[in-house]
Amino acid sequence: MFTPHTPQEIEEMLKVIGVESIEDLFEKVPVKHRFPELDLPEGLSEMEVSSELQEISSANASVNDFISFLGAGAYNHYIPAAVDTILRRGEFYTAYTPYQPEISQGTLQALFEFQSLMTELTGMDVSNASHYDGATAAAEAANMAYHFFRGKRKKVLLSRSLNPQYRETIRTYMLGLEDVQVTGDEEAIGVSTDLANLMAQIDYDTVLVLVQYPDFFGRVIDYTKLIETAHALGALVAFVFNPTALGLLKPPGEFGADIAVGDGQPLGIPLSFGGPYLGIFTTKKKYVRKLAGRLVGETVDVEGQRAYVLTLTAREQHIRREKSTSNICTNQGLMALAATVYLSLLGKNGFKQVANLCYQKAHYASQEISKLEGYELAFPDTPFFHEFVVKTPKPVNAINLHLQNHWILGGYDLSQNYPELKNQMLVAVTEKITKHDIDDFVAALEEVAHD
Amino acid sequence: MIEKTIYELSQPGRKGVAFPNPDVPIIELPPTFERETLNLPELSELDVIRHFTNLSKLNYSIDGGFYPLGSCTMKYNPKINEETARLPGLAHTHPLQPIVSVQGNLYLMYQLQEWLQEISGFHRVCLTSAAGAQGELVGALIIKKYHQLNNDPKRVKILIPDSAHGTNPATSSMSGFDVIPLSSDERGNVDLEALKAECDDTLAGLMLTNPNTLGLFDENVEEVIRLVHEAGGLVYGDGANLNALLGVVRPGDLGFDIMHFNLHKTFATPHGGGGPGSGPVGASEALAEYLPSPIVIIIEEGDEETPPFFGFYNPEKSIGRMKAFYGHFGIHIRAYTYIAMHGPKGLRDIAEKAVLNANYLMTKVKENYVLPYDRTCMHEFVVEGAWEDVPDVHALDISKRLMDYGFHPPTNYFPLIVHEALMIEPTETESKQTLDAFATAMKAIAREAREDPELLHNAPYNTPIRRCDEVKAARDLVLCCWIPD
Amino acid sequence: MKTPKGLKYAKTDEWVKVDGDKATIGISDFAQDQLSDVVYVELLVDEGDEVGKGDTVATVESVKAAADVNFPVSGTITAINEELADTPEVLNSDPYGTGWMIKMSLDDPSELDDLMDADAYEAYNEEREG
Repeated sequence: MFTPHTPQEIEEMLKVIGVESIEDLFEKVPVKHRFPELDLPEGLSEMEVSSELQEISSANASVNDFISFLGAGAYNHYIPAAVDTILRRGEFYTAYTPYQPEISQGTLQALFEFQSLMTELTGMDVSNASHYDGATAAAEAANMAYHFFRGKRKKVLLSRSLNPQYRETIRTYMLGLEDVQVTGDEEAIGVSTDLANLMAQIDYDTVLVLVQYPDFFGRVIDYTKLIETAHALGALVAFVFNPTALGLLKPPGEFGADIAVGDGQPLGIPLSFGGPYLGIFTTKKKYVRKLAGRLVGETVDVEGQRAYVLTLTAREQHIRREKSTSNICTNQGLMALAATVYLSLLGKNGFKQVANLCYQKAHYASQEISKLEGYELAFPDTPFFHEFVVKTPKPVNAINLHLQNHWILGGYDLSQNYPELKNQMLVAVTEKITKHDIDDFVAALEEVAHD
Repeated sequence: MIEKTIYELSQPGRKGVAFPNPDVPIIELPPTFERETLNLPELSELDVIRHFTNLSKLNYSIDGGFYPLGSCTMKYNPKINEETARLPGLAHTHPLQPIVSVQGNLYLMYQLQEWLQEISGFHRVCLTSAAGAQGELVGALIIKKYHQLNNDPKRVKILIPDSAHGTNPATSSMSGFDVIPLSSDERGNVDLEALKAECDDTLAGLMLTNPNTLGLFDENVEEVIRLVHEAGGLVYGDGANLNALLGVVRPGDLGFDIMHFNLHKTFATPHGGGGPGSGPVGASEALAEYLPSPIVIIIEEGDEETPPFFGFYNPEKSIGRMKAFYGHFGIHIRAYTYIAMHGPKGLRDIAEKAVLNANYLMTKVKENYVLPYDRTCMHEFVVEGAWEDVPDVHALDISKRLMDYGFHPPTNYFPLIVHEALMIEPTETESKQTLDAFATAMKAIAREAREDPELLHNAPYNTPIRRCDEVKAARDLVLCCWIPD
Repeated sequence: MKTPKGLKYAKTDEWVKVDGDKATIGISDFAQDQLSDVVYVELLVDEGDEVGKGDTVATVESVKAAADVNFPVSGTITAINEELADTPEVLNSDPYGTGWMIKMSLDDPSELDDLMDADAYEAYNEEREG
C-alpha cells in the first residue's frame, strides 16, 4: 500500500542485515502464535474505499439535512472556509509535537497565540495548550485543585446544573485519588437558580466547587455570592464556560473564578459525532506550576531572535513520571489551531456578531414558543444565552419523532439525565438558524400539540 | 522575530469574516452580564491566511521530511483519510442525534471495534479514550476495579519496567497504585528474577510494552505474563509499539489482559502538531464488562434484506465515562479507512517492512554508534549518542546537528536505561534511499564530533531559529502575548 | 565543588547548619550542579509545621529535571525562605548562603550523628563521580 520497497531493494537490505528472509527477523515471536490468519476483509484500493465510505456516509442524516435545535454540549456553528484551508496544510497536520523548537516554530507560535486568545476570552491569567475536551478539562481542574491542597481536603462539589457527562467524567478521574468525595449534584438538591443548597455544602473540606456558565440549561447565573462563600472557606471555584457566550457575557475572570475550563468545539470545529473537540484550561497566575498539560512560553534563541518553546516541562509525565499529578501526554494541537484561526478570522467584531446573533435568535424562538398553548418556558425569569428549556405537552421523544417528519431536529430530552425534568426539552439556537427556520419549528410544535 | 503575532498584525477597525444582521426583532442584553471589553485581534482574511501560511513554512512535517522518532511511529498519513473524514454525512452529525439517523457512524465504529479486536486478539474494544495516555488510565482503573470487586484491596503494586514510557508510572500513580520499577536484564528483557521477587499477593499488575522501548521483543514474554497471572495479577499492554506486530502476533494470544492502541501511531492518523490522538482499549473476556461506556453493539440483528441496527451499550461493571460523547470519531473514520485499504495482507506487510527498515538502519548506524543491545530489533532500536573518546559531545548535540542535514532528530534521552539514548524508528513508509541518506548523515556527524565538536555544540545553523534559551523561558514565564497584571 | 566545613551533609545532598538546638537546611553545591539551572522552588511546609526525618521539604525544578528535597532531621519549622519563589536561581549561585530553604528547631539532635561531616561528604562525592 504505502510501503515503497522494490523486490531488488528488499534483497539488498536483507543482505546488509545478514538474514535470508524477512520472516527470520521474527524469530523471537513464539511459534505457536506467529503469523496468525486475520479474519478481515481483503484490502481495497483508494477508489474502492472512497466508495465504501461514501456509502456509509449516506446511511446517515446530518445537521445539513435537518434544521437542528440540538445543543447540550456540541453546537452547530458556521465554520468559515479559511479554517479548513489552514488545517489541511501538511506542515501543520503531519507535524509532530513541537519538542524540537528550531523546526517547530509554526506549531509553537500558533499555540502561543491560542493561549493568548483563551486568556483574553476568559479574563484569566494563563491558559495551557489545551486538553482533550471540556469534560476532561473539568476533571483535570478537580485533579489540580486536589493536589493544591496536598490531600488535606477531600470534597469536590459539583453543581447539578453542570453537564451530566462532565460530572460522570470527573467521577471517573477521581477514582484514582484516595477517599475523594464527589457530591453536591444529588437529585434532591434540584436545579433551582438560587444555589443555596449547593453553597450550604461548601466547607473547610472542600477542594473545588464546579459550576457551569451558562449552565447546562442555558441559564446565565450570577455566581458572585457562591465565589465569596467558597473563598471565605478557602475552597477554589471553577467555571465551565461556553466560549461563544463569552463573546457577549462578562468573563469568568471578572467574577473571581480560580479556574475556567470549557470545550472549544464551537470555535471552528465540526460536530464530527462528538470528537475530536478541544479542552480549554485557564487559571490564575499563582496556579501556573500546578497546571497539567503542555505550556508554550516565549524566549529568545542564541542570536537573540524571539522564539517559542514548550516550557515548565519538568511538571510533565516524561520527567516527573510517578510523581507527576497528571499523565497527560498529548494536547489537541490541530483543534487548538482551528480555534486560533477561527477567532483570528472573526476577530473582535465577527465574534461579537456571532454571539449576538445566537442571543437574539434564541430569544425570539423562546418568545414565540412560549406563546403556544401547552408549552411553557421552564425558567422564564432567568436570563439565558442561546439555550433554554421548554416544558412540553407530551414526552419530548414523541414530539421529536413528529418534528423529524418535518426535517427538524428538536432539542435535547432532559429526562434522559434528569428524572425530575420529565417533558422538558433543551433548545439551542445558533447563528445558522434563520427566522424562517424558527417559525417552521414553532408551527410544527403547535401541530404536534394538537395531535 | 520571524513572524509577527496576530496581536501585532492587528489593526483597529479592520474586519475579517462578517455575519448578516439579525433577522429577528432585537432585544437588549441585561447590563449586569454584558462584557465591557473583548480584546480579540482585528485582521482581514488575507492577513489570517498569510500569517498561518507563513507559520506553516517554519514547521518540519512528515509531508516534508523523515522523522526517525522512536516510539512515535511517524509513518506517512494517507490523504484519502483526510477526504473520508470530511464527508459531510459523517463530519456534520451531532453526537446527540437519534441513533436511527446515524446508523452509518455506528456501523463504522462497530466495524472498527471488530477489526481492532481481530488484529489484537482481544474480546472487546472500546473506542472512547482520547489518547494513549487516557487509554492507559482506562487500563489502570480497570485493574483497580477488578481487584476491588474481587475483594482483594491489598493489591496495590503495579510493576513497571525501567524502560517504560513516562506515562506508565504517571498513570499508575494517578490511579492510586504504588509504582515498583522492574529492572531489565543484559539482553533487554524483563529481569525474571526481579519479577519473581515481586510476585506476591500485593501485586495488582504489570504494565508491559512489547516490543519494549529498546525495540526488542521480550524473549520470555509468555513466561512473564504467566508469572504475573499465577500471582493473581493482571497484565496491561502498552500498545505504542504495535506497528511491529500487525499480522505477526496478537497480544491477546500472548496472554495480555488489556491493551491500548494508539491510532495516531500504528494506524496513521495524523499527529496534528501534538494531537488529537485516539487511544482505544481492548480487553479480554474476563475484563470486557469493565470497559468505559459507551460501546457500540448490535441491538437488532439484520438479515439478507435489512442491515443490523446498532446502538450504544454501557458495560455492566464499567469504570465509567472517560470524556463527553463517544471518543474521537473523526479519528475513527481515518483508522477505519486505513485498515479497510490494507486488509490482512497489507497489515502484515506494514510490520514486515517496519522491522526490515529498522534492522537495515540499525546495521548501518551501529558502524559509528554504540549499540548497547546488539540483537535483532523489531521496529526501532536505541544507540548511545555519546562516545568515550569525545566526552564533551552528547545526544543533544547530535540531535541538533541532524537538523542541519534536513532530518528531524530521533527520540532523545529515552529510554532512561540507555546512556545518552537516541531511539530510532524509521517506519515502513520510508524508502531505502531515505534510510541511506540518514545513515550517511549520522556517519558524518560522528566524524564531526571528533574533528570539530564545537560545531555540534552550537548547532543547528540552517533552521528558522537556533538553539533556544529554555532556562529563560521557564524563569521569565511569558505564556501569552502580553503580561497580565 | 564547594563543601564548607562545619556543616553536616546527608547522602541525599541536603546540608544542615547546626546552632544549638536550631538548624538551617538547604541543598549542596553538588546537588545544584546536578540539577543545573533551577527555574522553580516549591516549599511544601509552613512556619509552625512539625516534620519528621524523610518528609519532603520542597520540590526543585530545573528545565530538564525535578527533584524532591527531604528533611534529614525532625523538628518544627521556625522560618521558610520566601525569596526562593521569586529568585530560584540563588540555589545555583549561593546554595549555602541566600539559598537556604528552611530554619527549624530540632526534636532529636542525636539524628545529626547519622549525617556526614564535610570530609566524608567530599569523599562520597568523589566516589559517585568516578
